[in-house]
Amino acid sequence: MALLEIRNLHASVHEKPILNGVDLTIDAGEVHAIMGPNGSGKSTLSYILSGREGYEITEGEIIYNGSNLLEMVADERAREGIFLAFQYPVEIPGVAGLTFLKTAANAVRVHRGMDELDAMDFLKFVRGKASALDISDSMLKRAVNEGFSGGEKKRMEILQMAVLEPYLAILDETDSGLDIDALKVVSDGVNSFRNSQRSILLITHYQRLLDYIVPDRVHVLANGRIAQSGDKNLALELEKNGYSKFMKAVE
Amino acid sequence: MSKDVEAIERAKSISEPYKYGFVTDIEVDLAPKGLSEDIVKLISEKKSEPKWMLDWRLKAYKKWLEMTPPEWQKVSFKPIDYQDAYYYAAPKTGNKPKSLDEVDPQLLEVYEKLGIPLKEQEVLAGVNGAPKVAVDAVFDSVSVATTYRAKLEEIGVIFCPISEAIQNHPDLVRKYLGSVVPYTDNYYATLNSAVFTDGSFVYIPKGVSCPMELSTYFRINQENTGQFERTLIIADEDAQVSYLEGCTAPMRDEHQLHAAVVELITLDNAEIKYSTVQNWYPGDEAGVGGIYNFVTKRGACRGKNSKISWTQVETGSAITWKYPSCILQGDNSVGEFYSVAITNNAQQADTGTKMIHIGKNTSSRIISKGISAGRADQTYRGLVRMQRGANGARNYTQCDSLLIGDNCGAHTVPYIESQNQSAQVEHEATTSKISDDQMFYCRQRGLTEEESVSLIVNGFCREVLQTLPMEFAVEAQKLVGISLEGSVG
Repeated sequence: MALLEIRNLHASVHEKPILNGVDLTIDAGEVHAIMGPNGSGKSTLSYILSGREGYEITEGEIIYNGSNLLEMVADERAREGIFLAFQYPVEIPGVAGLTFLKTAANAVRVHRGMDELDAMDFLKFVRGKASALDISDSMLKRAVNEGFSGGEKKRMEILQMAVLEPYLAILDETDSGLDIDALKVVSDGVNSFRNSQRSILLITHYQRLLDYIVPDRVHVLANGRIAQSGDKNLALELEKNGYSKFMKAVE
Repeated sequence: MSKDVEAIERAKSISEPYKYGFVTDIEVDLAPKGLSEDIVKLISEKKSEPKWMLDWRLKAYKKWLEMTPPEWQKVSFKPIDYQDAYYYAAPKTGNKPKSLDEVDPQLLEVYEKLGIPLKEQEVLAGVNGAPKVAVDAVFDSVSVATTYRAKLEEIGVIFCPISEAIQNHPDLVRKYLGSVVPYTDNYYATLNSAVFTDGSFVYIPKGVSCPMELSTYFRINQENTGQFERTLIIADEDAQVSYLEGCTAPMRDEHQLHAAVVELITLDNAEIKYSTVQNWYPGDEAGVGGIYNFVTKRGACRGKNSKISWTQVETGSAITWKYPSCILQGDNSVGEFYSVAITNNAQQADTGTKMIHIGKNTSSRIISKGISAGRADQTYRGLVRMQRGANGARNYTQCDSLLIGDNCGAHTVPYIESQNQSAQVEHEATTSKISDDQMFYCRQRGLTEEESVSLIVNGFCREVLQTLPMEFAVEAQKLVGISLEGSVG
């Protein structure tokens, strides 16, 4: 069954069209990768899915879990299980990572009709997940993303995903800026998150990530629409031939 | 006989105890409006004060007549008519709500969010006939307070209403009252000196470290201390105390002007930590009906190696105007000022501190966090003065302002005066806004708009909030969120 259905999505920013008719269906449990050149609308798509303001939807619709996603504000979508791992995670000075995680986790838990976790239970819950991502207690106590290296920020994003247990996780260039060891840690984190209930949308420039997180489907986004879809072999082909063919095809 | 004097006479006769042969609880609230020498005398007489106290009040009153209200502060309000106010025991039954049904529902909503029990809500909202001690509901009545008091007495700590201290400890009061804030100090402090009704008195004897936080909560003082509160805290040599003023719940109050005076004194190696959470009624969204909080708070580090630390969380009042200060006389003494001031809607705040370095190697630290939202305006105003003898003195000041929305203002006005070459003064200031990125990041994790603002602002204030005693800090965090509700979107 489709978890997410994007139908003929057109969107603009400041009256400049960015998406020009995106169609995409993701079933529960599937991993999809979206690849494409710079400026093709990949990040725009991830922001629109997660409800960031400032994008005008001029046509089309998005159905998530049977509901009209575009009617929900950002935090509603988050509580309904949509998670965005940011390309550039944001610093929140003075707010300890653990506090941030707990506040977010409890907001989601309450929405799902579960009890809030107290400080001790939560710490236990987080520690289990954090150690797999090589995140120490002292890192959890530091302010959210403040003074973190690129790799630390990305690991923290994946920890948040693991803690919030979303149904649809959108990973926006999570591999960028990671060295090979960090990429391995992050990929392991994502792979252990995979199950038949959880879908993942990977946004990336590079095929490399897909060696570690093997997708069910690969899509090429070019000039604001899906120009081609295929299985994991499409990514290998792109790696070899680049995106030029798609740029021309649309023009 | 003038009308005033007539009324005073009547008030006196009615309130005289046992005159008609029965114990009367009759409200002694008949002093007429307005301020005069007779009113000052009446206040003193009602409290059976010794002559020295009355003389001091009268000197203050005469001085006050010659003074004019200061105008340098960056707040605006209509001139106050001092003859249109009550100075002794204002009517207690007048406009009080009869039950919680008559209280502003917005106020009740805040109580609800702070998790305040119903009984205590009535007290705070000033419901007619509600018990007078706010702690009743929480701490099971006066008996607890009495227990605490006995325990304190055992180790020699004096903690009582200042009116009682004037009777029972006149030497201490005479020695220290007005020694930090003289009766000539400023318009509002002088007014307070003439007409103060009550307040707290604390004396920690030599070598004693007070084993519990002293809180206005525990003060067995059923009398409404009202608008002119006077507090005097003395830590003798090697003594230590932490004092908490106020509470997080917004207190409904009929008096518009509050002009309190707080004096702190530390002798050699002594330490006083004074924490305030001020959440008085700010008025409606237009600022109508809110309280004017014009307070003089000052501490003197008289002894060497002594320390005074002020922490304040100011979220209430229509206008807040205060500068908790430290006079660092003793060598190696330390002054600290940690402040969070939040102004929303039409609130105005002009607040900061003064650090006067006199002794050698004195040091001070100022951390001020100002948050402005709505149409509110606030100013940090701080003075750091290094006097000639302050060899090796150091100050560090950090002033951060956070703006929420486009219609509010934040201003930083530091005054730095140094007469000593070896003294060091450091000042850092930042102004920032909550960014769209931060808001989206929080909301993408499931926090509502208001929860996001609360989290971000609490992070911004963390350095200050963590200086509060534990249980106070938790309440203050909630309060920060509540104060900013409706400030975005």
